Amino acid sequence: MKSLEELKAIREKTRGQMHLRKEDGPDNTRIVVGMATCGIAAGARPVLAAAVEQVSRRSLEHVAVTQTGCIGVCRLEPIVEVYVPGSEKVTYVDMNPEKMEKVIAEHIVNGRIVTEYTIGANE
Amino acid sequence: MTELSLYVLDIVQNSITADASRIDVNLVERLGTLTFEVKDNGRGMSAEMAEKVTDPFTTSRTTRRVGLGLPFLKLAAEQTGGSLELSSELGVGTSLSALFQTEHIDMVPLGDFAGTVVTLIQGAPDIRFVIKRGRDDKEYTLDTDELREVLGGDVPLNEPDVLTWINDYVTENELSL
Repeated sequence: MKSLEELKAIREKTRGQMHLRKEDGPDNTRIVVGMATCGIAAGARPVLAAAVEQVSRRSLEHVAVTQTGCIGVCRLEPIVEVYVPGSEKVTYVDMNPEKMEKVIAEHIVNGRIVTEYTIGANE
Repeated sequence: MTELSLYVLDIVQNSITADASRIDVNLVERLGTLTFEVKDNGRGMSAEMAEKVTDPFTTSRTTRRVGLGLPFLKLAAEQTGGSLELSSELGVGTSLSALFQTEHIDMVPLGDFAGTVVTLIQGAPDIRFVIKRGRDDKEYTLDTDELREVLGGDVPLNEPDVLTWINDYVTENELSL
């Protein structure tokens, strides 16, 4: 059974690294997942989970994963917006966990937009 | 929606949007019924608004004129022979209770409840969630203030290792119900 002792150990392990992670920093890349009724019904929950997991696994320190409400194009949900400082916002549509992993590897890590998943390619 | 847990995620988002600082979620299965309750201390709504929120053509959003969250929940409950009740007071908060008949063929399965809990806490790590789950005579509780006490202010609840712990905690407790 999971115990509060384990949580204490996580605290000890993590607190030293906290200064590295500046969630609201202006230099941060933001990955924003639409989590309104439309997004949830279309499968946004596992997309968000994949984003959180990948950012953690790859130890991406200047990347914040956040949630928002309805982005406005419900038929293209799940929708993920990526804000890289100094670049235009990129909107990915009809997402799933596999596509999310690819966006993190290609766009977030290597800086190459995955054009085929963007709203421009879909329209 | 295909899982009751997705309805829970969607409905609790309403409380987050209403700026609640504390949200109580109860999900209890007993004697062939499942009761899903949410109580928040958000901004609440007028009696007039509370009266018509289960109408899809009523919404607080400004981007569009339809809102489907509560109508979906009402339909899901009623199609099992259950019901939805909601009460709210401006400046005080909102409570809702959805009753499901679990033996009914149209009952949606619970699905990934741990995934819903983790998603809520990831999106709103500063809110106090008190989540109670019960089945027959067994139950468990997750109170994020207790976790916060152990983590002691310097590690937020949306830290990935903490979210993984929460996911495992809920998953294990679900199996023990």
